[in-house]
Amino acid sequence: MSVLNPAPLAVVDEGIPNAPKREQQRRRRMQGSRPGWFVYTSLVIVLGAAIFPFYWSFLIGSGDASTIRDPNMSWIPGGNFLENAASVVNDPAVNFWPALWNSIYSSGLIALSVVFFSTLAGWAFAKLRFRGSRWLLVFVVATMAVPTQLGVVPLYILFSDLGWTGSIGAIIIPALTSAFGVFWMTQYLQQAVPDELIEAARVDGASSFRTFLTVGLPAARPAAAMLGLFTFVSAWNNFFWPFIVLDRSDPTLPVALSLLQSNYFVDYSIVLAGVLLSTIPLLILFVFAGKQLVSGIMAGAVKG
Amino acid sequence: MTTTATAPPSSAERPDAPAGPPSQRTPKRIAFGHRLSRWDLKLSPYLYISPFFILFLVVGLFPIAYTAVISFMDWDLVRNSGTFIGFDQYVYVLTQPKFWIALRNTFSIFLLSSIPQLILAIFIAAMLDQNIRAKTFWRMGVLLPYVMAPVAVALIFSNMFGDKYGLVNTTLADLGISPVMWHSDAFASHIAIATMVNFRWTGYNTLILLAAMQAIPRDYYEAAAIDGASKFRQFTAITVPSLRPTLIFVIITSTIGGLQIFDEPRMYDQYGTGGADSQWLTITLYLYDIGWGQWNFGRAAALAWILFLIILAIGIINLLVTRRVVRDEGARSSLGRREQRAAARAARRDLRRAASSGTLADAPEPESAPESATDTPEAQR
Repeated sequence: MSVLNPAPLAVVDEGIPNAPKREQQRRRRMQGSRPGWFVYTSLVIVLGAAIFPFYWSFLIGSGDASTIRDPNMSWIPGGNFLENAASVVNDPAVNFWPALWNSIYSSGLIALSVVFFSTLAGWAFAKLRFRGSRWLLVFVVATMAVPTQLGVVPLYILFSDLGWTGSIGAIIIPALTSAFGVFWMTQYLQQAVPDELIEAARVDGASSFRTFLTVGLPAARPAAAMLGLFTFVSAWNNFFWPFIVLDRSDPTLPVALSLLQSNYFVDYSIVLAGVLLSTIPLLILFVFAGKQLVSGIMAGAVKG
Repeated sequence: MTTTATAPPSSAERPDAPAGPPSQRTPKRIAFGHRLSRWDLKLSPYLYISPFFILFLVVGLFPIAYTAVISFMDWDLVRNSGTFIGFDQYVYVLTQPKFWIALRNTFSIFLLSSIPQLILAIFIAAMLDQNIRAKTFWRMGVLLPYVMAPVAVALIFSNMFGDKYGLVNTTLADLGISPVMWHSDAFASHIAIATMVNFRWTGYNTLILLAAMQAIPRDYYEAAAIDGASKFRQFTAITVPSLRPTLIFVIITSTIGGLQIFDEPRMYDQYGTGGADSQWLTITLYLYDIGWGQWNFGRAAALAWILFLIILAIGIINLLVTRRVVRDEGARSSLGRREQRAAARAARRDLRRAASSGTLADAPEPESAPESATDTPEAQR
C-alpha cells in the first residue's frame, strides 16, 4: 500500500509492510533460532561442576583408606562402597538409622506445620481486612532478617530448663512456624484469589472459615506444595541448632555426619560413603520434585 | 446465612401483630445473627494469624529479647540465672583479638563467595535464558547442588582441598604448580570455604536471576538488535540494568545468610575450632565456641547481638542503595502507583536510550522517530 502512496506519506508508513516480516523475525528469535555450541559447552561445564562432587564422593567412598593417597588414583569407582556404607550404618557411635528416622520425622513435621500455619496466616493477611494487618505484616517481614544465632542462647536455656535438650522436639518446636512462609503465602494468595470470589462466597452465606476452606485452601495448593518442599529441604539440611541441642546418641543426619568425620578422619572413604548415603533421600526427592523446586525458586525469590 | 434464615418468620408474623413484642423480638434475632457474622468477620483474621504469632512470640521474639538481657549478665549455668554486669561482656568480646580475626574471616569468606557467585550466576542465567533445548533438564541440573546438606558439601570439599593428598593439590602438581596449603593458610582456607558456598548456592541464585531475565520484555532486545547492538552490548545495556533490583535482593539475602556462616567452617577439619591459628574462624563458629565450648552464655549472647547489629547495619546500607536503585528502575512496589508508573516510564526510556546508544549511527528513521518525539519533552525535564 505504501508503495503506491506519494512520498510524504511513504515515510510515515514505511514500517507497515515490514511488520509481518519483523514479526516473523521476532518469532524466530523467540522460538526458532537455536543457540550455538558456546552456550551448550558452558552449560555442560556447569552441569559437570554440579555433578562432580557427587561423583568424587562416590569415587572415594567406593575405595578404601589408601585410595585418596594413591598418586595414580583411578577414575573408575572401586568395589568397596557397600562395605563402607555398611560400616557407616553399623557404627554404634554414629547412630545412622536413628539419625535417618529423626531427619525424616522432624523435617516432615516441620514442613507440614509451616505450611498449615503459613497458609492460615497468609490467607488472613492477603484477603481479610483487619485492624493492624499492614503493620503486622511488616513486622513479619522484618523478622526474616533476624539471624538464628540471636535466639539460640535463651532457647537453649529454656529447653534445658524444661529438660528437653537432646530430644528431637527441641529442634521441631522452634521451627514450627516461619516468617518466610507467611510472607510467601501472603504474596501468593494476594494474586491467586480474586476478591470477587470471596465476596461471592460470603454472599452465599459461607462463614469466614468456610470461605477459607472452600476458596482459600484449593487456591493455595501449588504455593503450599512449594513451601512444603523448601521447608523440608532446609529443615533436613539444618545443622547449627541441632548440633547445639541434640545428644550425640540421638542425632539428625547432618549431626551424625559430623560425628562420622571426627571418628573416621583417617579413613575418608567411610566418611564420604556416609555423605553419599545421607544425601540419597534428598536425591530421590529431587528426582520427583526437582521440577517444583525449580519453578518455586523462579516463581518467587525464595531463600531458604 | 443467619439473616436469610430469620427473615421468613418476621414476614409471617407481621400481618398478625403489626407492633407487638414478637416483631420487636425478630429484629433482635436478626441483629444477633448480624452481630455473629460481624464478629466472625472481625475476629477470624486474628484467629488465623494467632497460631503463628503465639508460636513466634515464644520461640522467636522472646529469645531475641532475652538474649539482650543475658548479654548484660554474667550467666551462672548451675543456678541457671545471671547477675547484671552492664556492658562488660560486650567490652570483653570486642577486646578479644579472636573476635576481630573472626570478623575479618567472615567478611573475607562472604566476599569471596558472593561476588564470584553473582557473576557466575548472571552468566549461567544468561545461558539458560537462550532458547536452549531441554530447558527443564538444565535448570534442574543447575539446582542439583542445592539439595546436598552444607555439612555434606563441606566434607566433600575439605577432602578435595586436602593439603597433602587433596584432588586440587594433586591437579596443581600435575600442572607443575606448587601445592597450596588450603588448611594452614588463612586466605587459601577462605577460598576453599567460599567454594563450598558457591557450589551450593550458585544454581539457586541463577534460577532467581533467570526468572528476572525472563520478565524483561523481549521488545527491548528486538529494538536493540534492530539498532544493531551486539549480543554482548544487549547484555550489558539491557539485561544487567534490568536485573538490578533482583540482584540487590539476592545480595541482601546472601548477606544475611553469608554473615552467619557456620556449617562449612565447622566441618572444614575434624576439630571444628576454625583452625589452629583461627585461620577460618567465623563469628558464628566463635559464638559456638564461647557458648558451648567455654559455656559462657553471657558472652555468647553479647556476641550474638553484635552479629545481629552488624547484619542490621549492612542491611540498612543495602536498603538505602536499593531505594536509590529502585527509584531508577521502577520495578518494586514500595512506591505509589503513580510514582511506579512514572518510574517505569523513566526506566523504559533509560533502557531505550541505553540500548540505542549502542547503535551504529543509522537506525531506521520511521522506527525511532515517533518514539523520540514522545520522549523528548520528558527527557529534557
